[in-house]
Amino acid sequence: MSDHITEIIIFTFLFLLVSGIGFFAARWRAPQDMAHLDEWGLGGRSFGGWITWFLVGGDLYTAYTFVAVPALMFGAGAAGFFAVPYTIIIYPMFFLILIRLWSVSHRHGFVTPADFVRTRFGSPTLALLIAITGIVATMPYIALQLVGIESVLKTMGVTGDSLIARHLPIIIAFAILAAYTYQSGLRAPALIAFVKDTLIYIVILVAIVYLPYKLGGWGHIFDAADAKFKATAAPGDGILLNANNQMQYVTLAIGSALALFLYPHSITGVLASKNRNVIKRNMSALPAYSFLLGLIALLGFMAVSAGVKPLPGNKAGSLDTNTVVPLLFDQKFPSWFAGIAFAAIGIGALVPAAIMSIAAANLFTRNIYKEYLKRDATDADEARVSKIASLVVKLGAVAFIVFLDPQFSIDLQLIGGVIILQTAPSVALGLYTRWMHRGGLIAGWAAGMALAFWMLWKIPNAATGRAHFGGSAFPLKDFGFDTPKTVYVGFVAVLVNLIVAVVATFILRGTKTPEGVDGTTPDDYFADEGDPRHERSRVTPAAVASST
Amino acid sequence: MAEPETPEAAPAVRSDRSPWNWLLLFPIVLPLLTPLYNHLTPRLFGFPAFYWLQFLFILVGVTTTIFVYRMTRRVTR
Repeated sequence: MSDHITEIIIFTFLFLLVSGIGFFAARWRAPQDMAHLDEWGLGGRSFGGWITWFLVGGDLYTAYTFVAVPALMFGAGAAGFFAVPYTIIIYPMFFLILIRLWSVSHRHGFVTPADFVRTRFGSPTLALLIAITGIVATMPYIALQLVGIESVLKTMGVTGDSLIARHLPIIIAFAILAAYTYQSGLRAPALIAFVKDTLIYIVILVAIVYLPYKLGGWGHIFDAADAKFKATAAPGDGILLNANNQMQYVTLAIGSALALFLYPHSITGVLASKNRNVIKRNMSALPAYSFLLGLIALLGFMAVSAGVKPLPGNKAGSLDTNTVVPLLFDQKFPSWFAGIAFAAIGIGALVPAAIMSIAAANLFTRNIYKEYLKRDATDADEARVSKIASLVVKLGAVAFIVFLDPQFSIDLQLIGGVIILQTAPSVALGLYTRWMHRGGLIAGWAAGMALAFWMLWKIPNAATGRAHFGGSAFPLKDFGFDTPKTVYVGFVAVLVNLIVAVVATFILRGTKTPEGVDGTTPDDYFADEGDPRHERSRVTPAAVASST
Repeated sequence: MAEPETPEAAPAVRSDRSPWNWLLLFPIVLPLLTPLYNHLTPRLFGFPAFYWLQFLFILVGVTTTIFVYRMTRRVTR
């Protein structure tokens, strides 16, 4: 314990520093009236290029990613590197889509993706499904940020054995986070992201120069990893992909990329920017984080080369591979620098956790509270409800971690990525075409969800010995194909979702089922900063008679 | 520029359409062709080809999006 004292002091100092920043953020670029969801939940929709870069970067590349990706590389090798192609293809893929979403949201004052779906397809039911999907997918993601902090705290030895002692530091950290998010809204993570990302960049740049020097060079690191994987009995690992996991690698990259910008928290980050060019330019600037992520992934191999042994997990006999990166830092860095590295991971968890809880709260407020509980809610009502909802969401995330096995959150997050993908036909395709019938989209969503759960249920996990929800790589032989190849569940589910939506659209159109009114016009999708906004109450069928 | 409020929106005056946009397909497809880069050699600074090539693809993506952005920027607003 005492040999970690320097690390603990530095960690605590930096943590308190960003907490102060979080509270101060309420006054940063302060609006005249904070009692509006555009201010609390979207930072005034006014962020320029730099702020957006730090905010979205800090939002998409979470602490859990920074801990789990190298852990995956440590355990499985090349398959874990999917994070790189995944974060390459995402930007050209969304380059054109996101600006349309931004424009139509700017025009209509949408705060959530479900807001858009509601107006586009004239269907509160579809919007409710999108909102619930978003909230359910986000909750475990927030819980996983706690797993990220916990891996660091564990390495520093500040976690005790009893239920309370093990979780007390995290509960305190989250209470502080909840308080400043409540007060400052999206401005808090936006401002903290500057500190967080600066720390992460410094730590990683030092790590990739210093650690290979200590470990005998990059060539030696890869050779050590190669030797380790060759020595294990598992057939799927290695420093290259093999014949059976390449399709999984590719479909996982596509599926994850599609899913990432459908997550409510990414959309919150995008909608907070001030104009289309800020978004377009960021699609070229954000890959800097992908580079960083690739380097972070390689920390997993460095841990192999350095002979790191993961700390034991919560269950007897299990290993917590999430601790490999913190342990690597602990063993190889001087303790003051390890402290900075740990703070970077810990603070790295706070930024996405704050944005995610804001995004989930906005979904609740806009698409459940205002839609079903209080239709005449004022702007101030909305802001107030969202602030309270963000507290509830964080409380839920802490309960996940304290009372349930963290493995459960990891499983749920895996499911979350698959189910958020089922909103793609409504949200992403909906930005381009209204050809699909709202009933068809609901049917497709239901089919995709059902199939996804069935497939995930069928996948066992060899490492933990559980029979269900063991991963996202589905063996094609379970579909009756005679092959050992695997495919990403979400990818298959969203294809089925699309097919069902198309077929159902033909049927519903044949039976002349009412289609609802499209509240948007074609020009809405090209609106930019300075274009007038529709008043929310003014979106009446008369004003929007076109485009069916 | 069109009045934003024209109800029966005649063919939209503003548009994101541009032939340059097709270039965006390149950095989407390239990183998905695993047979292209799933090799150990040639090594670069000790990195197997699998790793340094994918790092290189990041630069391809950045270059492409910057290029498309510049070619499709609205000149007057």
